[in-house]
Amino acid sequence: MTIEKSHRNDPSDAAAASLDLPGYHLRLGIDKPLALDCGMEISDFPVSYQAYGALNADKSNAILVCHALTGDQFLAEPHPLTGKEGWWGNMVGPGKTIDTGRYFVICVNIIGGCMGSVGPKEINPETGKPWGLDFPVITIADMVRCQALVIDHLGIDKLFSVIGGSMGGMQVLEWASMYPDRLWTAIPIASAALHTAQNIAFHEVGRQAIMADPDWCGGDYLNQGKNPVKGLAVARMAAHITYLSEQALHRKFGRRLQDRDTLAYGFDADFQVESYLRHQGITFVDRFDANSYLYITRAMDYFDLAAKHGGELGKAFKGSKVRFCVISFSGDWLYSTEGNRRIVHALNSVAANVSFAEIESDKGHDAFLLDEPDFERVLKGFLDGAEEIRAAGTKKP
Amino acid sequence: MMVPDRKAIRVDLQLISDMIEPHSRVLDVGCGDGTLLDYLVHFRHVDGRGIELSTEGVKTSISAGLSVIQGDADTDLKDYPDDVFDYVVLSQTLQAMVQPKVVLENMLRISKYAIVSFPNFAHWRGRLSLAILGRMPVSKTLPHEWFDTPNIHLCTIHDFVALCRRLNIVIESQKILDSDGRIRNVSSTLFSANLFGEQAVFLLSKKKS
Repeated sequence: MTIEKSHRNDPSDAAAASLDLPGYHLRLGIDKPLALDCGMEISDFPVSYQAYGALNADKSNAILVCHALTGDQFLAEPHPLTGKEGWWGNMVGPGKTIDTGRYFVICVNIIGGCMGSVGPKEINPETGKPWGLDFPVITIADMVRCQALVIDHLGIDKLFSVIGGSMGGMQVLEWASMYPDRLWTAIPIASAALHTAQNIAFHEVGRQAIMADPDWCGGDYLNQGKNPVKGLAVARMAAHITYLSEQALHRKFGRRLQDRDTLAYGFDADFQVESYLRHQGITFVDRFDANSYLYITRAMDYFDLAAKHGGELGKAFKGSKVRFCVISFSGDWLYSTEGNRRIVHALNSVAANVSFAEIESDKGHDAFLLDEPDFERVLKGFLDGAEEIRAAGTKKP
Repeated sequence: MMVPDRKAIRVDLQLISDMIEPHSRVLDVGCGDGTLLDYLVHFRHVDGRGIELSTEGVKTSISAGLSVIQGDADTDLKDYPDDVFDYVVLSQTLQAMVQPKVVLENMLRISKYAIVSFPNFAHWRGRLSLAILGRMPVSKTLPHEWFDTPNIHLCTIHDFVALCRRLNIVIESQKILDSDGRIRNVSSTLFSANLFGEQAVFLLSKKKS
């Protein structure tokens, strides 16, 4: 029996199934509960993470990679549920841009997620049943607080870098803002310092699709032996469009027909692009929890780093010694270069050390997950340079 | 690091470098592939930053470990707070700015000193080209034809000095290069500098109020 089947049919198996996943499993918040932005606290909760490479003796080679909305901790190995290559397998590994021969690379499943860290499908200790909608609404900052606990657990004082794309980039910005002394470098990629009305609007479409599925059962589907797969698939389909550019869709599919030579005059997937999106939707539900999707998209919508600092984004980074490298992609309309440049301007306004490059790519937001040689060159160059500068700085008396 | 032939920088860049105190904070606007910045970081031990418009230049610079943002002086200087740098360098770029005056003012707002180098449009060869041939000058420092030049605000040394006066900018020092790239020992008159200088490098500061 596969893990996803077990969580679909028997709610009490969900947490146990999470522990079967590869990687590391912790229980955190035992001595001191984790206080969340919403005002609630969680204690003695599970967190899963994965790590690649080896931590060196002085614990100075650790890189935290923050995953995106539908990513997880399995960035550099075949996914345990789908068998597909890790989402950043092209970037992270021995001899790769983020070289696990040199760096100890950690990726923590975010809280609110569904790959072993506490979230709506895990067991609420007070009821013995999955949290469902009783799970507290979490924020990007809450995810980061939880990651910091994992870094504490590993005995690492200062990360060499915190890197992340998309929602991972939001976590990077929170890291630099909340724990400026715990990282040398921060690399937010294809990200934003706030969710725009358009970003929120797309997410709302996804959430409404899930909640409109009768199998969602008001969020209680795990206890009722159901799973709102149709709603979740539609949410994924809508979101997936926002990850691609018009050019990328055109190049990939054009108006080509799927398995037929003429239009069928019906509502089957006549077009390849329809078939592709349906496939994206259907495969997604095998590895993702619908309520997690609601919670995580909510966390992203709530994200507005400037608002926490009196409306001035620069104040989030005042006095920061962190070296920043902001990277955007020209074809990304979801988290545009313009939004990334606003982060750069905010960093300039407090004279922070920042590099910024817009990578030419017409592949859309997903470019950060794809083979983009210029992107890898900038990232590697920045990491190498930062390491050299750190070494020079620490040699000084 | 990665920029080869680090010692062999252009003579105008060497002149700029000589104006910069070691261990200072420097912003190089229009830093290209980061040659000057890399030199300054390694030989003058400055805390260096760069701004560059071209993707290729930015990639090369960041890959060499330099802190460079993709942007340009027209749009990206205004966000820096007052007096965060000791030197802001604008080498061979002023004439390509949309608003050179605003750029100059911003440079001296965010920095103690500004170093500006530019091609002198009143160099005698250019004058000859216009006066005798009736053609727009094309030279080593101004290699573009009129129809594809990025240089939209060309000026002469004389013009530049006049603008500095108007903006209450103090000229701390100036160096003139002739067409062979040699430092020209012209007499200190503006007239001869303006006639024989093909490039000029100015060290500027704000007037003390």
